[in-house]
Amino acid sequence: MTILSYLKALNRAIADEMERDPAVCVFGEDVRAAVTNVTAGLVKRFGDARVLDMPISEQAFTGIATGAAMSGMRPLIEYQIPALLFLAFEQIVNQAHKFSLMTGGQVSVPVTYLIPSSGSRDGWAGQHSDHPYSLFAHIGVKTAVPATPADAYGLLATAIRDDDPVVVFAPAGAMGRREDVELSLLAPVPLGVARVHRPGTDVTVVAVGHLVHTALEVADELAETVDVEVFDPRTLHPFDWQGLAESLERTGRLVVIDDSNRSCGIGGEILATAAEEMRLVAPPKRVTRPDGAVLPFAEGLDRALQPTREQLRTAIQAVVKSGGAR
Amino acid sequence: MADPVLSGPASPSSQKPDSAALYRTVRLIRRFEERAVELVHAGQVFGGIHPYTGQEAVAAGTCAALRPDDLITSTHRGHGHVLAKGADPARMMAEIAGRTTGLNAGRGGSMHAADFGIGILGANAIVGAAAPIATGAAWAARRAGSDRVVLTYFGDGAVSQGVVLETFNLAALWRAPVVFVCENNGFATTTRTDDAVAGSITGRAEAFGIPAARVDGMDPEEVFAAADTAIARARRSEGPTLLECVTYRYDAHHTWEHAARPRYRSAEEVDLGRSRDPLEIQGARLPEARRGQIDAEIEAVLEEAVRFALDSPHPDPATALDHLYADGTQARAGVA
Ligand SMILES: Cc1ncc(C[n+]2csc(CCOP(=O)(O)OP(=O)(O)O)c2C)c(N)n1
Repeated sequence: MTILSYLKALNRAIADEMERDPAVCVFGEDVRAAVTNVTAGLVKRFGDARVLDMPISEQAFTGIATGAAMSGMRPLIEYQIPALLFLAFEQIVNQAHKFSLMTGGQVSVPVTYLIPSSGSRDGWAGQHSDHPYSLFAHIGVKTAVPATPADAYGLLATAIRDDDPVVVFAPAGAMGRREDVELSLLAPVPLGVARVHRPGTDVTVVAVGHLVHTALEVADELAETVDVEVFDPRTLHPFDWQGLAESLERTGRLVVIDDSNRSCGIGGEILATAAEEMRLVAPPKRVTRPDGAVLPFAEGLDRALQPTREQLRTAIQAVVKSGGAR
Repeated sequence: MADPVLSGPASPSSQKPDSAALYRTVRLIRRFEERAVELVHAGQVFGGIHPYTGQEAVAAGTCAALRPDDLITSTHRGHGHVLAKGADPARMMAEIAGRTTGLNAGRGGSMHAADFGIGILGANAIVGAAAPIATGAAWAARRAGSDRVVLTYFGDGAVSQGVVLETFNLAALWRAPVVFVCENNGFATTTRTDDAVAGSITGRAEAFGIPAARVDGMDPEEVFAAADTAIARARRSEGPTLLECVTYRYDAHHTWEHAARPRYRSAEEVDLGRSRDPLEIQGARLPEARRGQIDAEIEAVLEEAVRFALDSPHPDPATALDHLYADGTQARAGVA
């Protein structure tokens, strides 16, 4: 067994896919020097024709990736900060995402958009701390938010192989995770298949990205009194609705913890779909960022706007107490 | 710092630079950044900063040519601009320490420092994003019948942003009273300017009919003279100018580099870049005694700034969403 860090898992997935498929190439700012470390060693191994440093021209290089993808390449774009997705939004959602349908299926656009350290990073304040995965799930771009090193490897590898555009968010809160893995067993993880990290009978906690670890900690804390199932959707679009329905068959109770802004976040969609289609014996709850959150700079203020374990614990206890019998 | 006031039409430079005032600003910025880096290393700054060290002549020279009621926008590497425009160093230090007494009450931090009361429309964390904002402010100033000028700073990296070029076009079409100050410090993070910029920076502006000049961005008085000419032109409503100030970033792109140490420039190259120092260039223009006196003054100012920052209260987490909306509209909390 080997200790694999989340960061190294991303790096390894890219390297393995580049090794496997010469069409895979990397675009981004400072990817040769690898300032995020995600692309460390790639230029040395694969050469500068496949690892391209870009000027600060996000709209242009995102569109260039689309054109290249239509012409046989499989670009992976690294964005240094989540807000760069806002600059590239048109090129992703209105171009790359729409070509397949608009052309009657003549073309597909296999581009991967990777955001290392999404969400709050210490001290990066209002314009660098968003976690906009719900926006992409809403639009319908395939969206993955891996929580563990092995899933980071597997989902990124799948994203690169997928024939559609896929956004992969690597939460800042998960980048430091390490895991004991058998390297030879690392494998692609299919999109749309959730993972139950901890089975339980009293309540299903759906946790997104780094918050999976928060949910596991809270589940352990409450283990004496509540049997929590921790459900990690891994991809937000497509979403494993069937897996969630099966979990709720067992528990009948639902809490979601999600680092999106509350209004129109993925947490709201999960609650709505569960209420419409699944078995619930008590009103569900979600723990999110506030509506319209802009993260202020000071540490105490930044932390105050992110979902916390205390909030999750309280929400679980409230949901377990309310409603009818299981 | 005395802010000289422009009188009447000026072409070319009509003002004499105040050498001592320029030195004072350069020294203030240099020592502010050194003290700020110390605070980062001491764990007193949440995250870190993009040090402005080495580029002081640009902020000092340009702001000295502005009138107090003129406006600026700044960048992620903005401490120098904000100080040169006259922000209180103590409140700036308190801002990067995330305290309630900071310029933005601890809400903005290093990359968003703003002081609208003295014409600082904010530093900005998105490369190139402030250029159109500055131009909008310039347009509005003219509509309001004012002869204010807006000066907008950006790095060499920003000339690759489409929005900057779109802004050049509009500013030129409208003869907006804006001065574009591009600080070419040789790098965008680890990427060399030459590897990112086809053609030239000045050529981009010239393509839109905007006069452009390459300026020695290490010499505060050279910068002052060029800025003075550009500002006077803007004030006369003759349109924008681009100044490409050639300078060198002495320190890290961001203080995370102090630990991570990415390799993109050699120690020899850094030494060469540091061999022309705006502090020494301007300092040599003053009598030794005067220089010493200013240095002592600045030390006292910064000692007080650090004390003020660290003695100031941290904001109350219950106020985290204050100011989200202008009318006080309340956002729903993250849990019901
Ligand atoms: C639009 C955008 N892309 C990327 C980034 C990440 N980033 C922050 S600073 C920087 C380099 C900026 O270089 P330059 O404009 O030359 O300014 P300098 O840092 O040299 O002062 C980059 C790529 C960003 N903040 N905004």
